[in-house]
This record gives sequence, C-alpha cells and structure tokens, in this order.
Amino acid sequence: MAPKVKLPKPEELAKIEFKTPATDWMDTPVEFKPGTFCWGSKEKDLLTLGLPNPRQWSPADEDWKVPEGWETTILEGMAERLSKYRSFKIFMDICVRCGACADKCHFYIATGDPKNMPVLRAELIRSVYKKYFTKSGKFLGRLAGARELDMDVLKEWWSYFFQCTECRRCSVFCPYGIDQAEVTIIGRELLNLVGLNIDWISGPVANCYMKGNHLGLEPHAIAGNIESMVDDIEDITGIRVNPTFNRKGAEILFVTPSGDLLGEPGIQTCMGYLMLFHELGLDYTWSTYASEGGNFGFFTSNDMAKRLNYKIYAEAKRLGVKYIIGGECGHMWRVLNQYMDTWHGPADFLEVPVSPITGTVFENAKSTKMIHISEFTADLIKHNKLNLDPTRNDHLKVTFHDSCNPSRGMGLLDEPREIIKAVCNNFYEMPENTIREKTFCCGAGSGLNASENMEQRMRGGFPRANAVKYVQEKHGVNMLANICAVDRAHFPALMDYWNPGVGVTGVTELLANALVMKGEKERTTNLRFEDLPGKGGNE
Amino acid sequence: MDMKFLEIFNGKKIAISSRWLDAMIASYPNDNSGFLMNQKDRFANPVGYTFTTGIEGIIEVLVKGEDFSESVSFLEDIIKVRAIQDFTPAKAMAFVFQLKTIVREELGKEIRQNQIYDGLLDFESKIDDLALTAFDIYVKYREQIYELRTDELKRMTFSLLKKANLMSEIPDQEVEHKDQK
Ligand code: SF4
Ligand code: SF4
Repeated sequence: MAPKVKLPKPEELAKIEFKTPATDWMDTPVEFKPGTFCWGSKEKDLLTLGLPNPRQWSPADEDWKVPEGWETTILEGMAERLSKYRSFKIFMDICVRCGACADKCHFYIATGDPKNMPVLRAELIRSVYKKYFTKSGKFLGRLAGARELDMDVLKEWWSYFFQCTECRRCSVFCPYGIDQAEVTIIGRELLNLVGLNIDWISGPVANCYMKGNHLGLEPHAIAGNIESMVDDIEDITGIRVNPTFNRKGAEILFVTPSGDLLGEPGIQTCMGYLMLFHELGLDYTWSTYASEGGNFGFFTSNDMAKRLNYKIYAEAKRLGVKYIIGGECGHMWRVLNQYMDTWHGPADFLEVPVSPITGTVFENAKSTKMIHISEFTADLIKHNKLNLDPTRNDHLKVTFHDSCNPSRGMGLLDEPREIIKAVCNNFYEMPENTIREKTFCCGAGSGLNASENMEQRMRGGFPRANAVKYVQEKHGVNMLANICAVDRAHFPALMDYWNPGVGVTGVTELLANALVMKGEKERTTNLRFEDLPGKGGNE
Repeated sequence: MDMKFLEIFNGKKIAISSRWLDAMIASYPNDNSGFLMNQKDRFANPVGYTFTTGIEGIIEVLVKGEDFSESVSFLEDIIKVRAIQDFTPAKAMAFVFQLKTIVREELGKEIRQNQIYDGLLDFESKIDDLALTAFDIYVKYREQIYELRTDELKRMTFSLLKKANLMSEIPDQEVEHKDQK
C-alpha cells in the first residue's frame, strides 16, 4: 500500500500567507537575471579608449575580474570627486530622507523595488561615503547607515546605476534640489575606474572616438546615407535637395545624432531637416567628422564626455562657420547646453546665432553659439515664414513626449509644441503630471537602450506608456512625437508592447510632411511612402 | 451558474476584491512603504491602478455569472505588467489561483449554510479556465519581448539593405510579411 500522504485541510490551505518576508536592503544582494541588465563593456573598446581593466567579462559571471586593490581605487576616486565636485559632497551630506523623491522614479514606479527609489539609489553610495569619509560612520558603522565596500556592494552599484536613466525627474521634487542623476554620473565614473561599464555605452564611445559618431559610420557612409535620403525626397516631392559636406565658408554647421542617419524613424526626421534647410535656402553644411551630436561619453565620465565633445567646436573652427544648429536629440542638448561652454568655450571664433530668415538673435545661445532645431523652426513659424498644409497630417492624432534633457535640462518646452500645433490639426497633451518638467522618462536614456535588457526597458517606460494609453483611449492618439534620437529608437518597441497602434515620429518629420515646398509636385505619400489622407489610390 | 452562489458572491465582492488586491500586492514584499497600494493617482502609480481596475473588472464579470471571456482584457492588462517584473512564471500567475482561496474563505460559511457546494465547484472551474487563458497571455507577452528585439534590429538595418539594393523593389509591408512566415 502506498504510504498515506497527509494533505493539508482546507482551512489550513485557506490560511496561506501570501506575503514573502522582506529583507533589509543592505542584506538583499543583487541578482542578475537575463533581460534585466546590459552586457558588460568589451575588451577591445576599453583598449581603444585607454580605459582601465580591459578584459572579457560578463555581469552574469560570479567573477567580474576586477583588478587587485580595486577597493582603494574606488575610495581614492571618491575622495578625489568629493573635493572636485561640490555638488557631490553636498548631495552626500544634506539629504534629510524626507521621501519626497521616493516614488518619482519610473523604475521604482514600475517595480516597487526600493533600491530604485532615488533616495535609496543615492544611499547605495552614501553608505560607503559614511563608512570611509565621516566620523559617525567610522565609529557607529551600520547604526549610522554606513557599510563596508565589498564586491556585493560594487555589483549592486553597477546594477542600480545602470538602472537610472539620469533623467532628473526626482530632482524636480526634492526640496533641496538633490540631483540623483549627478550621483549616478559619479557612481558610473567610479565603476569605470575598475573597468565596469556596459557594452551599449563603451561600444558607441569607442566608435565615436575613432570615427566621429556612435554608429561608426565613415565619411562615405554618411554621405551615402544622406544621398539615398535625397533620392527618396526627390521621389516624394519632385525636388532634388543638395546638401553639402565639410564645406568651408558655410554660414552654419549642422550637427545631429548619428541615429538620424540610420534606421527608422530617425531617417525620416533627417529627411525633414534636409527639406526644411533646402526650402529656406540655408547656407549650411554637414560634417562627416563632427558627425555625432550625441555623447555617450557623458555616460562614462566627465573626461570622456569632454574628449568626444571637442570635435564640434574644432570642426566649426576648421570650416569657418558663423554658428551651429543642432538636430533633435536628448542628452546631446544637456551636454551642449550645460557642459560644452565650460569644457571648450567660450567659442569666441563664432558669432551669436542670428536667423538669416527672420533676423531673430538667439541671445540664449550667446555663449555656446549653438541653437536647437526646434527653436530655429518655432521662430520661423512665429514669423510666418513657412508655407504649411497641416491637413497632410490629418490622419494623425498626435501627442508629445518631453524628452528629459531638453525639457528638464534646458527648458525647451513650448517650441516643439508650437511646431506641432502649426503642422498638425489634432494634438492632445498627456496628463499634467507626466509632461513638461514632470515628464516621465522614456525608460531607456543614458545608454540603456540596448536590446538585451528589453524587459528592463519595458519596465522603465511603463509610466510613460501608461500616460500615452490614456490619450490613446480618450482621444484616439496614434502618433507619439518627440525630439530625441533615443526616443525614436526605443519608443517603437515600447509602443508595440504597451500601446499597439501608436507610431513614433520626430517633430521635424511632421513638419516636413506639412511643408509646401516651392515648385514641388503634388505629393501622394508622406516621408514613409504611405498614402497621404485623401490621396490614397490616386496614383 | 447557481443563483444563490452569485447572490452571496455579489454581497461580498468588495471584500473579495480588496483581499485579492492585497494578495497581489503581497507579491512585492520589498514595497515597504505601501506605495503600490496607497498611491491612488493612476499616472503616478500605473501598476497599482492597473491591478485595481483589473481586479474590479474581472470580479464584475464573474459576479454577473457571464462568460469569463469578457474579463480577458482586464486579465491581459495585469499580466502584461507581471510579465516584465522579474517573476518566475508561477509567481507571475499565482494571483489567479489565489482568488479560489480567497473566495472559499470569504464565502465558506454561507456556502455551508446554504449547501451550495455545486455553485462553488462551478465557480472554481471558471477560475481554472481563467488560469489557462492567463498562461496563454503570459507566454504571448514573454515571446513578444523577444520579438521586440528582432523588430528593432530590422528597423535599424532596413534602410541599409535598401541602400545596398537588396530590397529596393520590395515594399516595406511585404518584407515584414515574409519575415513573419
Ligand atoms: S534621475 Fe531619473 S532614473 Fe535616476 S533616480 Fe532620478 S528619477 Fe530615477
Ligand atoms: S527629496 Fe531630497 S532630501 Fe528628500 S529624500 Fe529625496 S533626495 Fe533626500
């Protein structure tokens, strides 16, 4: 006879405790599950860049092959940065744990994981700061919230500093203005001292260092890609635009993220720039050397960002232009607006940007001499300089995502909206607490738009997608506009998962579709070769 | 469905929904501050909002004794969230089965008093059906995560292939079609 198995009684079953016990955060080690982290940086890229500890490694391995004495390297690195950056020291000291920032991070909102609360993300590093740099921490240890730096801590840093998109949403809510993005930036710098970056960042940085752009496109490839866009524009409009490359003596240098040169829907945004500049008869040039507006060095270290940024002014000087216009990008503008001038300015050899069409002087760029395509375009629209037919976008119901850096980082809030409203008849805002300064991050900024961490991206972008869902259900929104190359790369996947039926577009693509160019043929398709509303089947 | 059972169920639906939500939130043991439960703004707390509306939606359908297919969209909303949250499949799906336990506990006394065990059994087989559907949904979204990666790669390379005259004559949609086969 089979032994009798004692079955639990129904009442016992009914008393099942659903809650699994929580552990204190300091006692909860990180797990690395596929889909939720990015690959580690490759040996060849670190070698190319002369960064420490080049080797093959995987975050999923137990042994991360960090160099002997790494603890000293990190602690010395911390000491150096505490004295160099006042902000870092202040952020370590002044947090009162009021909790105002706690539930403002998209990663926390989507996971409920407390280490994704901005306050706790900072605490990951602050606890080590306390142990080695404050009296109370030295003597009281854990009682004072201090802890030793060990390999588990290092792995935890890596995990959570590469789960922060440096979006600064939390800082908007902190009464002291503590900016977790800056803490993450320092955290990543420290990690880089012992060779711990992610492949999706160090790969593009190495490309940019060697070839001038993240994608590693060489000059002939850049020119070739743009030429094929020129062919497409001719097919659609009957007009052959004629961009120039590396032309000395042009009035304006145009710099855009290389993401606009490859892949959809980036290329349609790029076609938009080409059409707009042609229509205006702008005296501008592309550069195949300063061929990257973005700067993944910014996600590595201050020095690396500075190194990669140098080529923009250098090329402006070499070509002898008067000023620079930059394309639609997110973090690119944080760097240009907040760092470039300090690193490589003042750019005295350039002139304060003046629109050759409207005469507007862009005083805001008096020092950097570089203006955003949206400010430039919004000014044209304000002065009625463009012939626009918004009905060509009538099949679209558009909403606008404020990318973190242009909105929170440089206050570019109204210009893109003015453009959209002039070129589309159906525009709907997402709810107030999800846009403008309070915008939710796309979930993949600061170098986290790799593909191996797709699950993590879907999480990080959930609060944003949830707000899109609202306008999709309420107004039938079917197009998510933005002014960022990372958005254009990441959002199509995010929308496919959370909000199928919502497309993704750059603002300049919308503009170019509505732009009535002098001498154009009757357009039957948009820049994606899709039939225009009311024109379908007429061909 | 047993009318008496539905009547009793209806009388307790608020308590049942709220316990079901508790059980669901309990699968986030580290959320010590109670954020997922307490933040009521649907944009500030999309996970909590999705669960609350999802649970209420499913319970409403069940209370009416209607075909559970009406509740699939709510189920889908919940599972989509759980599918990307680091859970094992079993943990992601446990909430469906927890409803059985909760209903048995909440309605146990009345069921005994009224001798409507058949009604309970009927109801439980509905939950079993719901669970099967839930597994299909879960697998669908897990697979989609992988598809998103290949789709992304395609978006990145399509213009290159076109340029190399490898695809120039084939319209976009057809290419997508072919790849799906
Ligand atoms: S900067 Fe953004 S991603 Fe980082 S902790 Fe703050 S809200 Fe989260
Ligand atoms: S809001 Fe500022 S002071 Fe308050 S916990 Fe967050 S970082 Fe600290």
